[in-house]
Amino acid sequence: MFTLHRTPMVVHAQSARKIRVPLRFFDEREALIISAATARIFPSDANGPGATEGGVVIYIDRQLAGPYGRDRYRYTQPPFEDGLPEQGYQGKATPREVYREGLVLLGQDFEGMTPAAQDAKLKGIETTYFFRMLRQHTIEGMFSDPMHGGNADMIGWQMIGYPGPYMSWGEHIDQHYGKPFRPKPRSLREVVGHPVKPSEDAE
Amino acid sequence: MKTLPRMDVAIIGGGWSGLLMAKELGARTGLSVVVLERGGPRKTADYFDGMDELDYQIRLRLMQDASKETVTFRHTSKDRALPVRQFSSFLPGTGVGGAGEHWNGCTPRVLPDCFEIVTRTVERYGAAKLPANHSMQDWGITYAELEPFYTRAERLLGISGKTGDPFEGPHSAEYPTPPQKIGHFPTLFRDAARSLGYHPSPAPSANLSQAYRNPDGIVRPACQYCGFCERFGCMVGAKAQPTNTLMPVIARQKNVTVRTGANVRRVLYKDGKTTGVSYVDVQGEEIVQPADLVMLASWTLNNTRLLLLSKIGEAYDAAKGTGHVGRNLTHQATSRGVVMFFDHPLNRFMGSGACGVAIRDLDGDSFDHGRLDFIRGAYIAAWSRGYPPIGGFGAVPPSVKATWGSEWKKAAIDAFDCTSNLGISGEHLAYRTNYMDLDPTYRDANGDPLLRMTMDWNDNERNMIAYLTSKMAEVGRAMGAREVAAAALPRRYDVNTYKSTHLQGGTIMGANPGNSVVNTWLQHWQMSNLFVLGASTFPQNPSGNPTLTILAQTLRTADAIVDRYLKRPGLLV
Repeated sequence: MFTLHRTPMVVHAQSARKIRVPLRFFDEREALIISAATARIFPSDANGPGATEGGVVIYIDRQLAGPYGRDRYRYTQPPFEDGLPEQGYQGKATPREVYREGLVLLGQDFEGMTPAAQDAKLKGIETTYFFRMLRQHTIEGMFSDPMHGGNADMIGWQMIGYPGPYMSWGEHIDQHYGKPFRPKPRSLREVVGHPVKPSEDAE
Repeated sequence: MKTLPRMDVAIIGGGWSGLLMAKELGARTGLSVVVLERGGPRKTADYFDGMDELDYQIRLRLMQDASKETVTFRHTSKDRALPVRQFSSFLPGTGVGGAGEHWNGCTPRVLPDCFEIVTRTVERYGAAKLPANHSMQDWGITYAELEPFYTRAERLLGISGKTGDPFEGPHSAEYPTPPQKIGHFPTLFRDAARSLGYHPSPAPSANLSQAYRNPDGIVRPACQYCGFCERFGCMVGAKAQPTNTLMPVIARQKNVTVRTGANVRRVLYKDGKTTGVSYVDVQGEEIVQPADLVMLASWTLNNTRLLLLSKIGEAYDAAKGTGHVGRNLTHQATSRGVVMFFDHPLNRFMGSGACGVAIRDLDGDSFDHGRLDFIRGAYIAAWSRGYPPIGGFGAVPPSVKATWGSEWKKAAIDAFDCTSNLGISGEHLAYRTNYMDLDPTYRDANGDPLLRMTMDWNDNERNMIAYLTSKMAEVGRAMGAREVAAAALPRRYDVNTYKSTHLQGGTIMGANPGNSVVNTWLQHWQMSNLFVLGASTFPQNPSGNPTLTILAQTLRTADAIVDRYLKRPGLLV
């Protein structure tokens, strides 16, 4: 595992221990398929861990189970009509429904396919709303605060040299010009000293 | 329906303009004032746990709930408008402080010639230079008239900066606090821009460079450059927000009340005078608040919508070119300009919403447009804003074609902290074809029609952005970037990509009732006890960020009300 400037760092999530997390939205079969797809979008490779180690599927599962997944904050009044791309997403489907449809696109056997076959499958659905959502959620799951279920042990942040939410860079903002400044990542919980309730846990 | 006791003044909207007016009237008069804010209360302590990109920048925790009320959008009056089902292109705030809570704190002044855009353009280039189909007009006030109020607004917020930009109008005073410190990236821009003959200046910032006590005795601490400004509230109060700059004063004023959960649906009137407002409270009860003086101070689009719903003034008819309410809708011609990929890290997680370096050499009419196919220009800046990991991840040099998978991942990781862009924030001219009216189909949670936006870019914006992008690519190369990529140029207006929240127009100001909704004192021409505050009064969109100008205009109106209107109610001249 290397950070951006190729300094070795210990990443706890890479240890052998397995953590079992209860699923909120997917069933186990669905979770494995989505996890396999995110692992092709953001693979584990020579450049560091990927979506599997980051726990991206846990992140997605929680988002879909929460208010975002059921479009709590989207304007969902009818009529639903097709518009121009410039008019934004006009679909009726909630993110949950988009994933249910996406799982059909991926197919029941997706998880067991070779990486090359998985890539070909994803290539074929690259332009779908589901794929664009999955790609965005993969990035979110890799790089959001660990309280949301992904970015396990802040491996995403370590990989890109992002330190998380520190209260002050007042002594550093005009220093380190041209040189990497890589403080050890800290989560929001560590910074504020207590658990914070994420939006997916709200009504 | 319940009718409450009469108040002297009812102010609709508890953002910067409404709360500033309330504070001024509270301090300088004995009038009873109620501010009606449809969102909830907010305070600095609410933001302590708020340093989370996902919930705030992506799930938009501080923004208006689109499920209850949004707008519809189409390009032209021939098209079918569809609802903006989730906000992206612009982000209306809600709650006490409004968008003034989640802003970045960029506070440039408008260039003097913006206020006289038609006169100056015709003088220099002739009338033929104005784009066909434009509906621009001079503001009816000059920079000189507004200047003292700019200075007062800067002192209120403690703006950090350094005067001396050669293209700006004169400042009657130095900024109250020195410029903010800046990260590496803006220094590269500053040095490269200077070497190419431009005139870089520190960007003025409402994020304090040092602790500051304002004329109201409000003390705010220095900014810590944590990088959580845009779409966040400041957890230490270093970024001027209505909740940390105005509310502490208002809280001491016995004659001012801020009532939250009050969603105003109509401005009421009788015999040519407003008599108050009606609103629904959080329980859904219809309430009438009688008042002698009403101020519309909700966000731009909602000011227009409330006038249309209340049937006050003549709605703009685009086909006939009659009426004024809803006309001259503008957004802002923004672009990510050029994206630069460096070989060294920028440590760009540090910063504040407005710490950076700006040039105005290509703004307004600072440069000769005689041989160019557009007029006006843009405020161009390099920021160190605290780029977040989700929103900042994924940019790769143009030489990389993959958008997912190992190749993309490697390129994106390598680029993450070595990439930044120059922001182009350009003027958006007003056109007869860009306007607002009420949507015939879609409604809000109360059953009222949504506001319908009809808007598209025109060649002036497209050509201006293209020209400035080519100029900025030169600067990018001089900054030592390995690869410089031009951001996509605007073709048609879209509601998907964030531009700014600087929508303007709809209740525009002007020198006479034949060309505007309000006079230069922001007083309704036909209903003299109704005032409209905020950027909905801008006749067209100046470059840069509107908040400081909104505050200056609000102070000017407050003076006019206190010094003249209250002594002799009626139309101010």
